[in-house]
Amino acid sequence: MANIDALKKLSAQVRRDIVRMVHAVSSGHPGGSLGCVEYFVALYKVVLKHDPKVFTMDGKNDDLFFLSNGHISPVFYSVLARCGYFPIAELKTFRKLNSRLQGHPTTHEGLPGVRIASGSLGQGMSVAIGAALAKKLNKDNAIIYSLHGDGELQEGQIWEAAMYAAANKVDNLISTVDYNGRQIDGDVEKVLSLGNLKAKFEAFGWTVLENNYGNDIEKVIASFNEAKNLIGKGKPIMILMRTEMGMGVDYMMGTHKWHGSAPNDEQLAKALLQLEETEKDY
Amino acid sequence: MKKYTYTEKKDTRSGFGAGLSELGKSNPNVVALCADLTGSLKMDAFQKEHPDRFFQIGIAEANMMGIAAGLTIGGKIPFTGTFANFSTGRVYDQIRQSIAYSGKNVKICASHAGLTLGEDGATHQILEDIGLMKMLPHMVVINPCDYNQTKAATIAIAAYEGPVYLRFGRPTIPNFTPADQKFEIGKAVMLNEGTDVTILATGHLTWKAIEAGEALAAKGISAEIINIHTIKPLDTDAILKSILKTKCVVTAEEHQMNGGLGDSVAQFLSRNNPTPQEFVAVNDSFGESGTPDELMKKYGLDSVDIVKAVEKVITRKK
Repeated sequence: MANIDALKKLSAQVRRDIVRMVHAVSSGHPGGSLGCVEYFVALYKVVLKHDPKVFTMDGKNDDLFFLSNGHISPVFYSVLARCGYFPIAELKTFRKLNSRLQGHPTTHEGLPGVRIASGSLGQGMSVAIGAALAKKLNKDNAIIYSLHGDGELQEGQIWEAAMYAAANKVDNLISTVDYNGRQIDGDVEKVLSLGNLKAKFEAFGWTVLENNYGNDIEKVIASFNEAKNLIGKGKPIMILMRTEMGMGVDYMMGTHKWHGSAPNDEQLAKALLQLEETEKDY
Repeated sequence: MKKYTYTEKKDTRSGFGAGLSELGKSNPNVVALCADLTGSLKMDAFQKEHPDRFFQIGIAEANMMGIAAGLTIGGKIPFTGTFANFSTGRVYDQIRQSIAYSGKNVKICASHAGLTLGEDGATHQILEDIGLMKMLPHMVVINPCDYNQTKAATIAIAAYEGPVYLRFGRPTIPNFTPADQKFEIGKAVMLNEGTDVTILATGHLTWKAIEAGEALAAKGISAEIINIHTIKPLDTDAILKSILKTKCVVTAEEHQMNGGLGDSVAQFLSRNNPTPQEFVAVNDSFGESGTPDELMKKYGLDSVDIVKAVEKVITRKK
């Protein structure tokens, strides 16, 4: 069993990385990134079968992760770096010229840990399904994971993919929705309601797990374990994971305003006071 | 004028189907995806021979492009099949982000391109696909001219690492290139050496260019005819060499003038060797219902249109 205290400490550091990265370039997406810290820390530190030191595009026999809502790149980059995929110091190049840490993740600059470009929403589930089908063809029993925003589910391609995965029994796939209820223009419920999301995915033929505590690392790990036990049972698996956008920084919580804006100097200082430096800042 | 003959007319899509079937036997990494047009794309043979490597996606082209991109992660070489319209315009962003920008080894295979799709009309007759695809960085764009060349191109692109757009069509047309002719991506094929004008033709317009060459020869005009099967990367060496000799050029294609082969040729020549050029292409217009032959005549893509363009461009020579 993973040391929960260590995971919580890493989560605090990842949150520091996120706010410092977006502050440094006055751009980027801190809100969703902060909300998904526990998902990423649990996935990369506890759940995934992977070797950060030996990254290959094909990832033979490794579990693979696809980030579909690419704008939460700060949390993705921080966790990849702190797991050893690339030097932690490289986080300071985020969104700067000639960086491998592009605003949205890409394979184009050869950043270890990234297997697909994402940012234009709705495409990642299809890619994850393709990778899952390749695993099956290769008789590779590893698992494919994907993460999606709740607002992203407004894209039609997600539902093409959801239909395909169930109809074709893609049962080596664990997708998760970051169900924070907010998007750029406001509450998802007001922008375009998703209705009964659980019923929708179930109607499409998925096994749906609900986790109302997506910022509780132990509960996130528990959801992953539950999902892994459902692998190979003929259905794709969806975790609807309730999170709080902006989690960990008081003034970024309870609003959609920090979806895509960076803190100024004063706001950064206020945020860092709330987040313990548990590992060294980059 | 070199004499070209053919024993039968065949559709280029069947060349694709035959090439794909052959690849299925020779390369276990080749997989195929289709969005509910298996018969139209002639993918049935592959589907029958390799059911485990064939993915019926349903009418969901965006999902198909994403799944194809994902299949490359794990070493597969996916060939997607649907009409040209649904292979490009409908899924441009999916191709751009998940395939081209991500550098995925996907072969986007597109049938029923252009006016010769015929009676279905303009909703299905895409004439902008070459332009859409060639604008994407590092995308290879191929438009073969007959059954044999399409089959050879299908086999050749599996050996090339990177995204490729392969465009072919529905009607039966003369199958005149040698069955054993090697297909080299980006290498133009000299069909007839001449001195008065260069005709650069791609796809279905290649046979029309041969017909035009014969008509021009009867009028005493010596046409150099080159088949440009690869629009990107363009064989600029072959083009320049010919133009330095003939001093004028006609491009011929079943595509919009904007964004097509002619546009690529003009861009190259304007920078390297400005040359009078005439375009046989659709001029800023949608198509309509009709038979392929009627449409090619109405929209100015027939051999007589190539002859007229040649006669005009020759008068513009300095």
